[in-house]
Amino acid sequence: MLKFVFKRLIEAIPTLLVLILVSFVLMHAAPGSPFTGERSLPPEILANIEAKYGLDQPLYVQFFHYLGGLLQGDLGPSFKYKDFSVNELVGQSFPVSAEIGLWAFLTAVVLGVLFGVVAALKQNTWVDYGVMSLAMTGVVIPSFVLAPLLVLIFAVHLRWLPAGGWNGGEWMYMLLPVLAMAAHYISSIARIMRGSMIEIMHSNFIRTARAKGLPAGYIIWRHALKPALLPVISYLGPAFVGIITGSVVIETIFGLPGIGQLFVNGSLNRDYSMVLGITVLIGALTIMFNAIVDIMYAYIDPKIRY
Amino acid sequence: MSLLSIKNLEVHFSTPDGTVTAVNKLNFSLEAGQTLGIVGESGSGKSQTAFALMGLLAKNGKVSGEATFDGKSIVGLSEKELNRIRSEKIAMIFQDPMTSLNPYMRVGEQLMEVLMLHKGMTKADAFEESVRMLDAVKMPEARKRMKMFPHEFSGGMRQRVMIAMALLCRPQLLIADEPTTALDVTVQAQIMTLLSELQRDFNTAIIMITHDLGVVAGICDKVLVMYAGRTMEYGSARDIFYRPSHPYTQGLLSAIPRLDSDDMAALPTIPGNPPNLLKLPQGCPFQDRCQHVSDICRYSEPELITTSDQRQRACHWLAEEQA
Repeated sequence: MLKFVFKRLIEAIPTLLVLILVSFVLMHAAPGSPFTGERSLPPEILANIEAKYGLDQPLYVQFFHYLGGLLQGDLGPSFKYKDFSVNELVGQSFPVSAEIGLWAFLTAVVLGVLFGVVAALKQNTWVDYGVMSLAMTGVVIPSFVLAPLLVLIFAVHLRWLPAGGWNGGEWMYMLLPVLAMAAHYISSIARIMRGSMIEIMHSNFIRTARAKGLPAGYIIWRHALKPALLPVISYLGPAFVGIITGSVVIETIFGLPGIGQLFVNGSLNRDYSMVLGITVLIGALTIMFNAIVDIMYAYIDPKIRY
Repeated sequence: MSLLSIKNLEVHFSTPDGTVTAVNKLNFSLEAGQTLGIVGESGSGKSQTAFALMGLLAKNGKVSGEATFDGKSIVGLSEKELNRIRSEKIAMIFQDPMTSLNPYMRVGEQLMEVLMLHKGMTKADAFEESVRMLDAVKMPEARKRMKMFPHEFSGGMRQRVMIAMALLCRPQLLIADEPTTALDVTVQAQIMTLLSELQRDFNTAIIMITHDLGVVAGICDKVLVMYAGRTMEYGSARDIFYRPSHPYTQGLLSAIPRLDSDDMAALPTIPGNPPNLLKLPQGCPFQDRCQHVSDICRYSEPELITTSDQRQRACHWLAEEQA
């Protein structure tokens, strides 16, 4: 088991390197630079600034310089916010994104699994049809449509919740963004869970468990849940990535000071180090999360373990 | 009084194409410690009979008729009442040992949970008792195997686990639904020997559902031959084997290859296929495949009659001959 975990972590390194290289090249290949604006700078000053940030050097030198910094955990200075390093800015915003993302993720998993199991056990009854049509709606409505709708209903008309802002992470401010972010994944997970639960409940080993005279609740909890969760667990990797990238939209709509907003502003401003830094961070998180998913998978399914 | 007596048992499935009668007016009885063989082709209703007794029918299935076990009716019980009978009084083993064990749980856990839930044993006691039962089914290194997962066992070993699991609570009746179908021939023989030894040691009655007549000959006291959900012939294993009287039973028996025959002619078979239960012909369900079919078989379904040698049979041909 430990060997499996170790192997999975080693495999992540080349993936991360390729990610850094590609984003670095793409970023620099994009037209414009952090210092091109509406008011063009005199060439001497521009040359001075570029020399300060090392932009006058060949691209490969810049790349290895960046990589060197990265190895020491330094994401470089921000090209836009002159007095701040990327580390400082990301350090401020990341907790906000992480908190919202985590809540959205947990909500999606807990509610998705719950709805899926209920729908499966009440298969072809109105409960099943109700849950599944709700889930279908959740899958087809994108978060950038759902978010303004939620704001319209709960903030503008009912005035129950604030329309946006962070306010130090008060739960009232988190509710709508978390819901907007999670809705799609609650629905997807519920659909996956329903399908796999129905399949498992019809399998031979569940029939054996029933023939053994085990109570229904015990059979679901001890015999059916674990195998039925496997497809959901495979989906958690993509779901995690979706929630992170989706946070860019949600944070912009709700005006939350997370890395999503930082990322959008960074791209608009050609803030090379900012965009690269966040890309690397998200990339690393994604790889790490997928490794965790694989390890969980191996933990549940004994056939994969050996 | 018999341990199990079945009267007019019927199993119906409602399907989009109409109601299917998978088991039709079945009657049989079984004494403690005895073995009944239920024989028939696929789809003859033998497994559905077993599922009906265990309350394991699919959701669209319905049982009617009487089934009395140990003096109590077991038809139409609630899930809760059934759970007090399953494992404790009647246990079941299945056709496919490869998929009948939970692949995500250790074999030991799957054994122990039966004892902990039915007998209220502690974990430690349940563990010891499970090991003893694995020893009883001749599982080598039983203690070590408790911690293994089903995929680490061979098919024969898994069926041994299933048998051990079924016998943990010392049930009075074991229903074995084609227990050797998925196993190779040498393992089949081992499992059958094991079952008859365990039957002797625990005095368990067995319903052996099979399409393998060799299995029936080996261990059964009584045999029930089923076709299209109906009883064709029912009597002692001796009578059925040495003096089969129903054309279907005769057909089944002549389709067994014999080692003592010098005749190199092709093995006789019963031509055709079992009828579609949704579109049963009028008259005898076996008419299209029967060598002795006559006009009466085309319009009238033969009644099950008890013959002078205490067997039951549903056939016009012999009824005429004897009359």
